[in-house]
Amino acid sequence: MPDAPLPKLAVWKFSSCDGCQLSLLNCEDELLSIVGAVHIAYFPEATRAVVEGPYDISLVEGSVTTPEDAERIHEIRAESKLVVTIGACATAGGIQALRNWGDIEQYRSIVYAHPEYLSTLATSTAIGDHINVDFELRGCPIDKYQLIEVLASHLQGRRPRIPTYSVCVECKRKGNICVPVANGTPCLGPVTQAGCGALCPSFARGCYGCFGPQDSPNAPALSDQLIELGMTNDDVIRVYRTFNAEADAFRAESNRLQALPGPSKQGAAK
Amino acid sequence: MTSTTRTLKVEGLRKLVEELRARGFTVIAPTVRDGAIVNAPIESIDQLPRGVGDQQDAAHYRLTERADGAYFGYAAGAQSMKPVLFPAEELLWRGKRDAAGAFTVQPASNEGGPYALLGVRGCDLKAIHIHDAVLTSRGFSDAHYAARRAGALLISVTCGSPAGTCFCASVGTGPRPSEGYDLSLTEVIKGSSHTFVVAVGTERGAEIMDALGASTASEAEMAAADDIAKDAALNMGRELNTDGLKYLMYANAESSHWDDVASRCLSCTNCTLVCPTCFCTSVEDVSDLTGQEASRHRVWDSCFSEDFSYIHGGSVRESPRSRYRQWITHKLASWEDQFGMTGCVGCGRCITWCPVGIDITAEAAALRGTPSKARK
Repeated sequence: MPDAPLPKLAVWKFSSCDGCQLSLLNCEDELLSIVGAVHIAYFPEATRAVVEGPYDISLVEGSVTTPEDAERIHEIRAESKLVVTIGACATAGGIQALRNWGDIEQYRSIVYAHPEYLSTLATSTAIGDHINVDFELRGCPIDKYQLIEVLASHLQGRRPRIPTYSVCVECKRKGNICVPVANGTPCLGPVTQAGCGALCPSFARGCYGCFGPQDSPNAPALSDQLIELGMTNDDVIRVYRTFNAEADAFRAESNRLQALPGPSKQGAAK
Repeated sequence: MTSTTRTLKVEGLRKLVEELRARGFTVIAPTVRDGAIVNAPIESIDQLPRGVGDQQDAAHYRLTERADGAYFGYAAGAQSMKPVLFPAEELLWRGKRDAAGAFTVQPASNEGGPYALLGVRGCDLKAIHIHDAVLTSRGFSDAHYAARRAGALLISVTCGSPAGTCFCASVGTGPRPSEGYDLSLTEVIKGSSHTFVVAVGTERGAEIMDALGASTASEAEMAAADDIAKDAALNMGRELNTDGLKYLMYANAESSHWDDVASRCLSCTNCTLVCPTCFCTSVEDVSDLTGQEASRHRVWDSCFSEDFSYIHGGSVRESPRSRYRQWITHKLASWEDQFGMTGCVGCGRCITWCPVGIDITAEAAALRGTPSKARK
């Protein structure tokens, strides 16, 4: 039986730090299996060779922050059978979504000597806000084994095994001691989706929420506890406004805290 | 069977661990790791948390120092023996496709046993027997659990210093277990005298005591052990009123109190994953990119995750309200109808390790309309 052509994979970059694309190159041991399973047709980070579309799988990194981005993403959707967004930028707007709480005109005039050369949107938004996305892979950065699982599941025609429960499940399975309970360390693990392997709590640090909200987040209840552990209202706003600031549950909670009466140094709620 | 109560000195405890190891047991006992009591394999009693106590309350756990040099002077640790007998992640089988396309399956082997579980609290001892009933005594026996459990020697210990979240006395599992052990130690420290009064529960336990040449306990030693158990029973940090508890839970199926709990509950799963009797798992298949190798794993799961009750069309329990109700009602009520016993052993871990301190005894008391003993 002649070998069927391999599925064509493209990797696209929007506003991002490239870290999630690097997770693919970081696969090292599995890289040979990956190139054996898919034809890497477009991946400027890895190769200059470009194979024209259409593509079977498009991995999209980064958020939409410019008018060009907002058009280009539709072209990618049009020539891709499957679109998988990878990382906090692509799935929630990334750290650059903090601009959504600021004034873009002010930034433009302060940061750039010639702001007239700059073409930008006032917001940083997730890819899913612009096109239909087939699968969103969370993380800042993504976990390379989760990426391999998404690719393998697609190639094998099965559902990807990407859990949406909290980081606490990973901590307990690993035998980690709960850092907020045993050390009083503030931790976003209870409201954050698993996937990192509970990386920070495994080193006695609190979770920073890199994988965004879990499927049933109760951020207000966790905020009460974080404040009881000694954080100020503003501190709690800040921990929700990092890589996944624009993820629904985190945005809603930081805005709720913002709107509470009392002094605050943070920017105004949207 | 000899039911004579024995005594061991500290050196006797040391020899006990040596004897168990010489007999081929993997000895699992409390140790200190990352600021908590954690059960782990030990080679000597020097690895036990000597002079360590604990302080527990809702969402609060700290180790403390004890001046008396006790080996077992703390209450329930971070986990029961569940991770030993019913591990969080278990390989069920591995499979491989060969060049001809044939798929061969290689079953997983259970390694590490037989286990001698040392320092098991009354609550956790009862939990093991609950797991025996649930996992091995019904229609289909869980082969993986049964293999780990086979030949396991159970050496319990009286909880002399219950924690703020303990309520074993309410559910009758402690502080001193009355059955279900091979040997049951009570640590008695009086001045310079440091002994372990050993109740013998089985022939096997008696034989080990004989091999160690353990002396018969005196009336005074036995009385001292009784006093420790009696005092501890009076010093429980929590209390659970079990009167008609099953009917109370069923009668409150539509209580508005569930909304109150849901406003606090994080759906993080911690309560279920520290519970010594929770046994829910899910089975996960892992395959490599080439599709040539696959493996099947059983992992701890929790009724607090949305996916846990997912069936065609969606999750059965979409709201945290329904998940908490499901968990506590199963634990305190329907477990009884299902398995003929209560599912709660009073260890208090779900209270201590809940990141926001939701308290099973306080929630049950609230449903009853009575104030709870919760300190917080």
